[in-house]
Amino acid sequence: MTSTLDHPTFVAPTSVSSNALRVTFQGVGRSFGGREVLHDVDLEVTPGEVVAILGPSGCGKSTLLRSVSGLDQPSAGQVLIDGTAVNGLDTRCAVAFQEPRLLPWKSVTNNVSLGLPAGTDRTTGAARIAELLELVELDAYSDLRPREISGGMAQRVSLARALARRPGVLLLDEPFGALDALTRLKMQDLLLDIHSAYPTTVLLVTHDVDEALQLADRIVVLGRPDGATAATVTQLLTVPGSRPRNRNDESLGRMRSSLLASLGVDAHRH
Amino acid sequence: MSADFSLNTKETTPASASGPRIPGSTLGRIGLGALVPLLVLVLWQSATSLGWVTSAQLPSPTSVYSAAVDLIGRGELGTHIGISTQRVLVGFAIGAVLGLGFGALVGLSRLADALLGPTIGAIRAVPSLAWVPLLILWMKIGEDSKITLIAIGAFFPVFTTVYLALRHVDKNLIEAGRAFGLKGIKLLTTIQLPAVVPAIFSGLRLALAQAWLFLVAAELIASSMGLGFLLTDSQNNGRIDRLILAIILLAVIGKATDALVGLAERWAVRRWA
Ligand SMILES: Nc1ncnc2c1ncn2[C@@H]1O[C@H](COP(=O)(O)OP(=O)(O)OP(=O)(O)O)[C@@H](O)[C@H]1O
Ligand SMILES: [Mg+2]
Repeated sequence: MTSTLDHPTFVAPTSVSSNALRVTFQGVGRSFGGREVLHDVDLEVTPGEVVAILGPSGCGKSTLLRSVSGLDQPSAGQVLIDGTAVNGLDTRCAVAFQEPRLLPWKSVTNNVSLGLPAGTDRTTGAARIAELLELVELDAYSDLRPREISGGMAQRVSLARALARRPGVLLLDEPFGALDALTRLKMQDLLLDIHSAYPTTVLLVTHDVDEALQLADRIVVLGRPDGATAATVTQLLTVPGSRPRNRNDESLGRMRSSLLASLGVDAHRH
Repeated sequence: MSADFSLNTKETTPASASGPRIPGSTLGRIGLGALVPLLVLVLWQSATSLGWVTSAQLPSPTSVYSAAVDLIGRGELGTHIGISTQRVLVGFAIGAVLGLGFGALVGLSRLADALLGPTIGAIRAVPSLAWVPLLILWMKIGEDSKITLIAIGAFFPVFTTVYLALRHVDKNLIEAGRAFGLKGIKLLTTIQLPAVVPAIFSGLRLALAQAWLFLVAAELIASSMGLGFLLTDSQNNGRIDRLILAIILLAVIGKATDALVGLAERWAVRRWA
């Protein structure tokens, strides 16, 4: 572990909207049938911050994210959103899953409207959906069904659905994992645009170090300390510079090598 | 008995297998489908007129036709067809509604599954004809016993398809629904029910085929009207022309009702899948 392990003081983004919420992990642990997967995860995410979660496959990234949305309950510790403990499904969150998970019998528009908070009135909802579809560049495809659009488009619909909630916390579980390299870069830029238009707290699980460096204010690395069976936070890095970042920046390059090394990859071969 | 219905469902999948190109238009498809029946008719006519078979074994198409005209003239054919169709539709409706209800209940609720699943499975294991003596004993040889038998036949295909489809609704979709705040009835109507609509229609189609099967079983054994009765009655009187007429009518009416449900099924698949 060669990098900044000490908790940095984080400078909040300038334009934080009122509904971006603080997320606090307090000693979060999760076991499945006696097998401990996560152990004592402590983390404080400030409102409006973008935090990327990196870690080897199977270390519990999705599980950690699910504990924020309330789709899963930790077996130890707790997650607080805006100071109140998550207990059951939390409607302050919105999730974009690794797969788009769209309803095949609904049009793009109606899939996005599934994300609207309960009780949104018709005109407000319709206006918001139209705006979001424009933002993800799908306004021309609003009447198509999921099987009539490409994988990358479906992923954008899924993102729009999550955004329709105007969530206090946006949870993205490898949202661009299934995309080709080019579409992925476009989607990353899109996410940054969206984040500056609607600043919200974002937790982004990814296995792509460059994606984390490009998008995040801070990067959390989950891993198993030597001898441990359960994963915990092994590194917490503040990414230097403000977005959009130059992908070829030297300090990013050093951070990239150190991240790859901590993930068990020899950076010189890449 | 339950294996027979698969024959009637072949038409569901459009013939898209590789091989010679088939006409894409509906008219072309109908023409192609009518080819074999026409050939059979020609072969049948030649077999009888050329004396390959005796008329006691196989009467000519024209004599079957005149048998039909004769029965229509006496007003009997309409009655037979009418009563049989009515029995099938009523029994099918009852069986399908019950199948939908129980299928949804057992498919959605773990408790209901644990409670009712084994019993329903055991009842399904009883060969359908085994019910006949019991039904006749209980309800006499009236309409009730026949309609009950047909309803039993229609129940299981609907029950099984709805139950299995609900059990296999994509867990990821349900989780997505829950993540966006859906629960209870709202989750059911937004995700679970729409997801099983195509399965419901294929279940209904199987059920309709089963209903015709059970109708004939019921009418063969005990009735004084209907196409099944026409079969036994003609057998007893040696009226092979009427016997063949009854078989042809069963084929045509069965196929027609199946085609109607098939249309609904295709619409459902296009709309919901
Ligand atoms: N419902 C469950 N029941 C039992 N074990 C589970 C369950 N969910 C997750 N696990 C276990 O928890 C561990 C972490 O799973 P998780 O999906 O969080 O990993 P991940 O870091 O997201 O992996 P990946 O990068 O491959 O998506 C795995 O070993 C998995 O087997
Ligand atoms: Mg995962």
